[in-house]
Amino acid sequence: MRRALWLAGGLALLLWPWAAPPYFVFLASLIVVNAIVAIGLNLLSGYTNQLSFGHAGFLAVGAYVAALLTIHAPALPVVAALLLAGLATALVGLALGIPCLRLEGLYLAMATLAFGFVVVEAILNLDWITRGNDGLRVPVARLGGLALASDTAKYYLVVAAGALLVWAAANIVRTRTGRALLAIRESEIAAQASGVHVAAYKTLAFVVSAFYTGVAGGLFAFIVGYLSPDAFDVFLSVDFVAMIVVGGLGSIPGSIVGAAVITVLYDTLAAFQNYRPLIFGVILIACMLFMPGGIASRVRFPVLKGDNA
Amino acid sequence: MSAALELEDLAVFYGKRRALEGVSLAVGRGEIVTLLGANGSGKSTTLRAISGLVRPARGRIVYEGRDITRAPADAIVAAGITHVPEGREVFPEFTVLENLLVGGHTVARRDVAGRLEAAFRLFPVLRERRLQLGGTLSGGEQQMLAIGRALMARPRLLLLDEPSLGLAPMLARGYVLETGRVVVAGPSAALTEDPRVRTAYLGFAKAAAAR
Repeated sequence: MRRALWLAGGLALLLWPWAAPPYFVFLASLIVVNAIVAIGLNLLSGYTNQLSFGHAGFLAVGAYVAALLTIHAPALPVVAALLLAGLATALVGLALGIPCLRLEGLYLAMATLAFGFVVVEAILNLDWITRGNDGLRVPVARLGGLALASDTAKYYLVVAAGALLVWAAANIVRTRTGRALLAIRESEIAAQASGVHVAAYKTLAFVVSAFYTGVAGGLFAFIVGYLSPDAFDVFLSVDFVAMIVVGGLGSIPGSIVGAAVITVLYDTLAAFQNYRPLIFGVILIACMLFMPGGIASRVRFPVLKGDNA
Repeated sequence: MSAALELEDLAVFYGKRRALEGVSLAVGRGEIVTLLGANGSGKSTTLRAISGLVRPARGRIVYEGRDITRAPADAIVAAGITHVPEGREVFPEFTVLENLLVGGHTVARRDVAGRLEAAFRLFPVLRERRLQLGGTLSGGEQQMLAIGRALMARPRLLLLDEPSLGLAPMLARGYVLETGRVVVAGPSAALTEDPRVRTAYLGFAKAAAAR
C-alpha cells in the first residue's frame, strides 16, 4: 500500500510537466527549491533548536555563487556549479555557526537576522562582481552538451536534486551523526552525558543547513534566471521559518508540505501584496496556537514525527 | 584503598549564585558511595561537575590519576565515567533502541552490537520494547532505559542522579551536603544514626525549630 503511494507520487512528479501549464511547472520547481531550504532549516531549527531568521542570506550566497560560476566558467556542468554553491555556502555557515554557538533563542534569531541584512548589503557593495541593484542575468544551466533552458528541463533538474537531498536528509536520521543531532533536540543534557559533543554537532547542523540552502540557492538562480538583492530580503527568511512551523519542526515530510503550502499561498496572494505580512502573521499565530507541532503532528507520516513534546 | 575518583576543594557557581563550595570527596575502586542532602544542597551540581556538564570555578577533579577538571563532557565519557541525569532525561521521541544507540555514541562501531546485547540481557523488558518510543515507557522502565543507555559506554564509574525509584541501594559510604558544602562524611551505618541525615531527609530539626 505504502509502496503504491510512493510509486503514484513519483509518477505524478515525473509526469507533471506534461499535465500542467508551464507556469505551474515553474511553481512546482519553486516549491521543490523552497522544500530543500525548509529541510535545511529544519535540520538546524527542528533538530538542534537553533532558530534562524537568516536563511534568505544563505540562499543568496548559493544563488550568486552558482550564477557567477556559470557566467565566468560557462563550461562548468550544472552539477558542479550546484555542488560548489553548496560548499561555499556551507563555509559561510561554518563562519556564522561558530560565533552563534554562544547564542540562544531570541539572541540567535537576532544574530541570524543581522546576517541576512549583511548578505544583502554585501551584494549591493560588491557591485563590480554582483552588479548590485541592476541585477544579474543567470546563463542557462548546462549538463554536458545539454542546455537546460525550458521550464520542463529545469523542473527535472530541481526534482532530481531535491529527491537526492530528501533521501540524504531522511537517512541522516539513521546514522550515528543524525541520531546525535536529534538527541540534542530531545535532551541536550542527556546527549552531552552520553558523550555527544554538543558544540561540534550544533556547528555541524549550521554547516549542513547552509549547504542545503546553498544548493537550493543555485537551483533558484537557474529556474528564475535573474538575481537581484531585493529577492532575498528578510521577509523571505520569515517565510522559510513559516514553512517549518506550519509543516512541523523536525519533520522532513512536514518541511515539504509546509513549503508547498506557503509557496502556493504566496502565489495566490500575489494580488494582495500589501496584506501578505498580515495574512502570514495570522496563519503563523494560528498555527502555533492550534497546531504547535505543525501539519506533521496531525497527519501520520511514515518517517519521523514532527513533535517537540 | 586507592581512590578512583577524587574531588578536591571544588567550587561551582551558577552566575553569582554559589552551588558548591570547597567540596572534597573520594570514591574508591569498586565502592558504592552516596551523596545526601536537601533540595538545592548541591548533589546534582556535584555530579554535573564530575561529568563535565558544568565548569568548576575552583578545585580539582582527578579520575584514575588524571586531572579531568576541564575535560569536555565527551572526553569524560570516553575516559569511563557516565552520568544518568536527574529526571532520567530519556529521549522521548526516540525508540528504546535509538536511546541505547545514543548511549553508545563514543563506542567503536564493531562493539555496539555486543553492548546492546548486554543491555538487553540486563533489562529484558527493554528488548521487548525496543521499538517503542522512550516517552511512552513507564517510570521504572524509563529508569532502566536511562541506566542501560549509560552502561552502553561501559563506564568504570557510573553517576546516578536520584535513581532511588524501585532500587534498593547497597551503600558503603556517604557524604551529606548542605548548601554546597560537605557537612558529614562516613560509613553508611554511621550516617543512618546521624541527626544531620535525618534533617536532610525528614526535616526533623527544622520542624523542631519551627515549633
